Amino acid sequence: MSRIDREDVERVARLARLRLSDEEAAEMTADLDRILGYVDLLEEVSTEGVEPTAHVIPLATPLRDDVPAEELPPEVAVANAPASEGTAFAVPKVLDDEAEG
Amino acid sequence: MPSPLGEVARLREALTSGETTSSRLVDAALAAAEAVGEDLSVFTHLRHEAAREAAAAADARLSAGRARSVLDGLPIALKDNIVQAGEPAGCASRILEGYVSPFDATAVARLLEAGAIPIGRTNMDEFAMGSSTENSVHGPTRNPWDRDRSPGGSSGGSAAAVAADIVPLALGSDTGGSIRQPASLCGVVGMKPTYGRVSRWGLVAFASSLDQIGPFAHTAADCAVLLDAMSGHDAHDSTSLPEPPLQTAAGLNGDLSGRVIGLPREYYEAEGADASSLECVHAAVAALEGAGAKTVPVSLPHTRYAIAAYYLIANAEASSNLARFDGVRYGHRAAGASGLTDLYERSRSEGFGAEVKRRILLGTYVLSAGYYDAYYRRAQKLRTLLRRDFEAAFESCDVLVTPTTPEPAFRLGERADDPLTMYLSDVYTVSANLAGLPGVSIPCGLAGGGLAAGLPVGLQVLGPPLADAAVLEVADAYQRLTDHHQARPGGSR
Amino acid sequence: MSFRPDYEVVIGLEVHVQLRTRTKLFSTAAVSYGDEPNHHTTPVCLALPGALPVLNGQAVELAVRAGIATNCEVHPRSIFARKNYFYPDLPKGYQISQFEEPLATGGWLDVEFEDEKGELTTKRVGITRIHMEEDAGKSLHDGSAVDSHIDLNRAGVPLIEIVSEPDMRSPAEAGAYLRKLRAILRTVEASDADMEKGQFRCDANVSLRRHGDTQLGTRTETKNVNSFRFVEAAIEAEVERQARCLDEGEEIRQATLGYDADADRLFVMRMKENADDYRYFPDPDLIPLVIEEARIEQIRAGLPELPDRRRARLADEHGLTAAEAAKLVASAALADFFESAVAAGAPARAAAHWLTREVAACLNERDLEIEATALVPDAFASLLELVETGRLTARSARELLPELLEGGGDPAALVSERGLEAVSDEGALEVLADEVLASNPKAIASYRDGDKKSLNFLMGQVMKKTQGKADPARVRQILAGKLDGS
Repeated sequence: MSRIDREDVERVARLARLRLSDEEAAEMTADLDRILGYVDLLEEVSTEGVEPTAHVIPLATPLRDDVPAEELPPEVAVANAPASEGTAFAVPKVLDDEAEG
Repeated sequence: MPSPLGEVARLREALTSGETTSSRLVDAALAAAEAVGEDLSVFTHLRHEAAREAAAAADARLSAGRARSVLDGLPIALKDNIVQAGEPAGCASRILEGYVSPFDATAVARLLEAGAIPIGRTNMDEFAMGSSTENSVHGPTRNPWDRDRSPGGSSGGSAAAVAADIVPLALGSDTGGSIRQPASLCGVVGMKPTYGRVSRWGLVAFASSLDQIGPFAHTAADCAVLLDAMSGHDAHDSTSLPEPPLQTAAGLNGDLSGRVIGLPREYYEAEGADASSLECVHAAVAALEGAGAKTVPVSLPHTRYAIAAYYLIANAEASSNLARFDGVRYGHRAAGASGLTDLYERSRSEGFGAEVKRRILLGTYVLSAGYYDAYYRRAQKLRTLLRRDFEAAFESCDVLVTPTTPEPAFRLGERADDPLTMYLSDVYTVSANLAGLPGVSIPCGLAGGGLAAGLPVGLQVLGPPLADAAVLEVADAYQRLTDHHQARPGGSR
Repeated sequence: MSFRPDYEVVIGLEVHVQLRTRTKLFSTAAVSYGDEPNHHTTPVCLALPGALPVLNGQAVELAVRAGIATNCEVHPRSIFARKNYFYPDLPKGYQISQFEEPLATGGWLDVEFEDEKGELTTKRVGITRIHMEEDAGKSLHDGSAVDSHIDLNRAGVPLIEIVSEPDMRSPAEAGAYLRKLRAILRTVEASDADMEKGQFRCDANVSLRRHGDTQLGTRTETKNVNSFRFVEAAIEAEVERQARCLDEGEEIRQATLGYDADADRLFVMRMKENADDYRYFPDPDLIPLVIEEARIEQIRAGLPELPDRRRARLADEHGLTAAEAAKLVASAALADFFESAVAAGAPARAAAHWLTREVAACLNERDLEIEATALVPDAFASLLELVETGRLTARSARELLPELLEGGGDPAALVSERGLEAVSDEGALEVLADEVLASNPKAIASYRDGDKKSLNFLMGQVMKKTQGKADPARVRQILAGKLDGS
């Protein structure tokens, strides 16, 4: 039984903003299916009542003072940009079906 | 009394006595990087002028008797995912082509402060995703011991740079073994510190809860010097431990008496492990016992689940960490995109290599609605069980000693089409990342027979959290007992 | 709701409030407004490779204040998570927010509003949760036909999102809730909540159901409405739209809407065909936010007087009506102004009366807060004193108000400058009264025939001659004296 099919891979690729060729999609589906098949190994272990570990640091997040520090000069901020206009980054016009969120 | 094995200490003496200069060291490193390094594809970028200028400045300080630290004037190599202001940080990816960082990683800033001189940036698996340094837009790095073999990865460039004696010191990053495994395969020392010891500020994130920067050198003593200089709390990293800088180098005394070394059964009984490598490891254990250490068998029962848990957690984090590479603010942007979605999809598809895409897809999938609990949360629970395994084991011992990898260096291309087999080669290293432990790999001989004859074998020393000094002490003591760290590609030094 | 009596309107509000900090939530870049693009960024704001977030302690403190002031339980441990989606104003490709374990939950506000009969009603609106998150940058769409421009000055500015229960049943209730919430947040100085600057932005979830239904109808979300007036108008428009759909037997479809205030029209931003898949997970760059109980109590103890308590105190100390006290504290600035004016000698009840009616009306017309005007409490107190002592009629005082609000100045000086002083010279009033009586014999006759209303007419004539500057009570007295022949 396959764990993941082509349609799943294409859905996930859209979420991740990756465009896959037919060949890539087929390969990725096969690879992910194998990897997820291996991962099923975890089902052997009873994890009931086990707290998940998100982090090994047993501390609280540090808090920073609310004091402004050095900022990037605007021309440095956009220095690596593939396209910019003044000190703003430029991207192709947002289309109607690409609205936020 | 510092360890007698320090290359840093030896070079320091040579610099102080005037036997050499920083400029000569840096020139030699750059020349070797161009000759040997190019042949092996070790570097992705060299800083000819900037490094020479820094060397001249260091020489001026040295002749005025104002050395900044023991590292002042020494050349070092940086993995291409550790940023330095004004330098490219490409992560061996097309998506970061042309990117120049405007800031220093904290680890780099501290080494610069100490006077160390980065001569260039080393090759790696793209975004540190891999165990062979083959997943690089610059092509694979070759193992100095056998150019048809992989140096391991993902920090293969840094391991090779030290193994080929291009530089005495290098930095790598370790998310699931990416320092220790290439150190093992290249016959050098590589250390992953306790999670939070070295700031991650300026380390391009692969898996934030697992990543650590660490040192490469020929000896544990030199790794200790680098670690001491880089470690210590950093307010730029919320996961940085609130600890002062380490002072491990000064504490290396070669004394093993009273040390209890745990030998985790699961690391010695793996199927398909190379017998000749295991012999080296057993010999090393015997040597440690001979010097006064006591060994005890321990068990880490969840070891067989570590790889699965690791790949779920690491790739889930990675899928999110790599979302910033979108062609908007920096890096590769596809030409002639029509609309945003097109821009994103084409830039990212052109910019990322196959392994990175595979991992982004896997990570996105396991976080997506309906799968989170089955995969991601379950993996996090396994992470808890793995941590408990170690906590229990460390109740009866100070450190663990294991093989670093199941086998010595494999042939380039051998596993390129088989991601799962590649993943499984990290079986002995990933647990330390999941549990946040310090670990070091040291050379413990050359494989004696079979297809891998004559290739270096690595011994891994793992400690409980914060026991960075202990693992370095055991590693250093072992190196004092043996001369495997003297072995060089093509014959002993 | 009177205009759709057949449906019950169910409204829940999500309010994004900008916390009053100097720097961003996870970066040391300054919080700014109206600056040139990308003039306030660090590697964190730009999501440069290798940059990491560090939490702003002041933002936490302000969020805790907001939680306490809205009667929430503030949790000693909360978790920052990543909300993953791609948009050019979201540089990391994810927003750091709180999801499974938010900072505060389970609060409420008692909201006062006028019901259909114009009576003051109080209603408790539940607050589901308050969580901290970072703002996005701005996409500027107007510069060019082919490009959008991205400015990340706002990226990472600290916000709290305050999510209400779906407890409101009319646009007026929603408006009252928002006013109350804003007043509280300003009182505890968690936020300036300047709506023009986008520091207090509201998303309204609206659904309709038949009376008696227990299931909620399908809801729509109207995004980012930035004034009280527009929220009420947008909800009203959406209620009307949904009601028309339901009348015609259509299904309501889940959608995200925008409100075009100029056209008073809703437009569809997008249809939600499928649930979003934001792939929330705990941000591995941040460990849990832990706030000691003692710290929470310390913050609680340090909070200024909250509007509900202040309302009770003002009513009690100064004998104000509940409605007046409620209106005063709806704006902390107005309540502060009231107390300053009283301290400067203004009679309290008159001050409350004037502030909640004449002054409030002027402010509403101009969409201003009292502190944004030129009127100061001292001047207001002396204006009231002029009225109380009969030197200025109420009518003249009303006329003077706009000028005082806009230009300030000393009321007494203005009154004499303009000749607005009330005609209080008895002799002059007697003369005027005699003149009016002489030219209105009919009115005198009907007064004497028992039509006492004629007195009002005569009074009006005298007042007219004084241009409204006489004390009406005194005029009435003089006229009555003359007519009754005493």
